[in-house]
Amino acid sequence: MARNSDHKEMVITIEGLCKSFGANMVLDDFNLSLHRGESLVVLGKSGSGKSVLIKCIIGLIRPDRGIIRVLGQNVLTLSHDALDEIRVKVGFLFQSNALYDSMTVRENLEFPLRRHSFNLTQSAANDMVMEALHNVGLEHTVDMMPAELSGGMRKRIALARTLILKPEIILYDEPTTGLDPITALEIISLMKAIHEKYRTSSIIITHDMKCVSLTADRVAMLIDGRCYAEGTYDELKMAQDEKIKQFFQ
Amino acid sequence: MAKFELTLPENTRRFLHDAGELSRFAARFFAEGFSPRYEVLEFVRQCFVVGYKSLPLAGLTAFIMGLVLTMQLHPTMVYYGVEAMIPAMVGISIVREIGPILTALIFAGKIGSSIGAELGSMKVTEQIDAMEVSGTNPFKYLVVTRTLAATLMLPILVIIADAISLYGSYLGINIYENVSFYLFFKQIFDHLLFMDVVPAVIKTFFFGFAVGIIGCYKGYYSSKGTEGVGRSANSAVVVSSVMIFILDLLAVQITDLL
Ligand SMILES: Nc1ncnc2c1ncn2[C@@H]1O[C@H](COP(=O)(O)OP(=O)(O)OP(=O)(O)O)[C@@H](O)[C@H]1O
Ligand SMILES: [Mg+2]
Repeated sequence: MARNSDHKEMVITIEGLCKSFGANMVLDDFNLSLHRGESLVVLGKSGSGKSVLIKCIIGLIRPDRGIIRVLGQNVLTLSHDALDEIRVKVGFLFQSNALYDSMTVRENLEFPLRRHSFNLTQSAANDMVMEALHNVGLEHTVDMMPAELSGGMRKRIALARTLILKPEIILYDEPTTGLDPITALEIISLMKAIHEKYRTSSIIITHDMKCVSLTADRVAMLIDGRCYAEGTYDELKMAQDEKIKQFFQ
Repeated sequence: MAKFELTLPENTRRFLHDAGELSRFAARFFAEGFSPRYEVLEFVRQCFVVGYKSLPLAGLTAFIMGLVLTMQLHPTMVYYGVEAMIPAMVGISIVREIGPILTALIFAGKIGSSIGAELGSMKVTEQIDAMEVSGTNPFKYLVVTRTLAATLMLPILVIIADAISLYGSYLGINIYENVSFYLFFKQIFDHLLFMDVVPAVIKTFFFGFAVGIIGCYKGYYSSKGTEGVGRSANSAVVVSSVMIFILDLLAVQITDLL
């Protein structure tokens, strides 16, 4: 993924984000920004608040304090309808895929299409479903139930469902966790292909260093609830700080 | 200044906390359930699922209950020479109490647990979050539809179960003597008053609501992990069964006043 330095438009900016659950301070004055067309990896160990962070971005968790701007709008002050409009443009790949168990693959993919109340004809919806499935190479699973699919296939279907609305920004929550190294590589190359094809900007949450090295234009480290360090993969790899070094061993 | 603190045993506190949260959840049901957008399609689907799932079991138990009750009453009634009163007696016990309570308990076991487990697993696998980002209010789509479906379907199930149960009783009596279908049901309806039937049906709406809202509440706030899902399903059944008895107790007090 080429680093695009002449484009400096910000698509997401986060300032002074704080979130605690009871006495558990998860995010403490966290700052971050995402440029258009960039792939930003947020690296942090398990339980450091990575999922909480991106759920705040999409408005699933309400932070205690801070500002989150997505495509120029502060998501914390938006009305419900305006938030829905933002959510059309921001795709979210859930850590646990979040495929609807009671629906077929086709119904899973149609769900966001239908619910965001675009007036689509059945054949237009079909075309979009097949295009999304084609992007992840799983056209033949269209009438299967999620329970019939393997872990890697489920991840790809979840990715297809995220892609179906052609989002400008994609938030990946640990896309490779729980997959074997070969399947993980397949998912990573799929993510890169999508990035090339649709010119999306993305935030990738992970603790998988292979994934970091292959996808990151820039890496931010989430340690102790704040953005502890930021830089390219190579820069951070050279860092002398103990807490950063732990990740690169 | 000394601070006054009320210290309660841990489980009492948890119970009160749970009761408060559940009331808030129910209040949210009324706030969100009666404002657009209405999830009509999902509601109709849930009505079908809820009714269809519990009808066979509710029907079977109702049939057996009617039959067994009649057969067990028979010797005593004959002893006192009042076997002619069997239809009226069985009719009143079934319509006023056994039909509603038995069907509601079966309903709690079948529907309460399945709602609790379904919503619980949707919660822990982030499906509820996924709905939220897909332009859907999960509370309306999942909780309102299921609770409404349970509230409306249980009374219908109870009426069907009552009918099946009375038919079971009719067969039961015919084991011993020959009573015509017409005479049997005429006996029942001569003794069954309006005031027997209406409160019995009204209370089943509340039973249905309790099963629906408690199942949804337990699922919606399921704790992480598959263990949490099992616990949600289980406590949905326990809590809603107890709730049914409490409501039944209240209902009998209220109808006594009328
Ligand atoms: N809804 C919640 N209620 C209470 N605490 C929560 C909630 N969600 C998250 N937490 C807490 O916030 C912390 C961060 O959780 P989070 O899920 O963001 O971790 P993570 O970095 O995504 O970890 P993992 O790599 O395991 O997914 C954890 O300590 C967790 O217990
Ligand atoms: Mg996480």
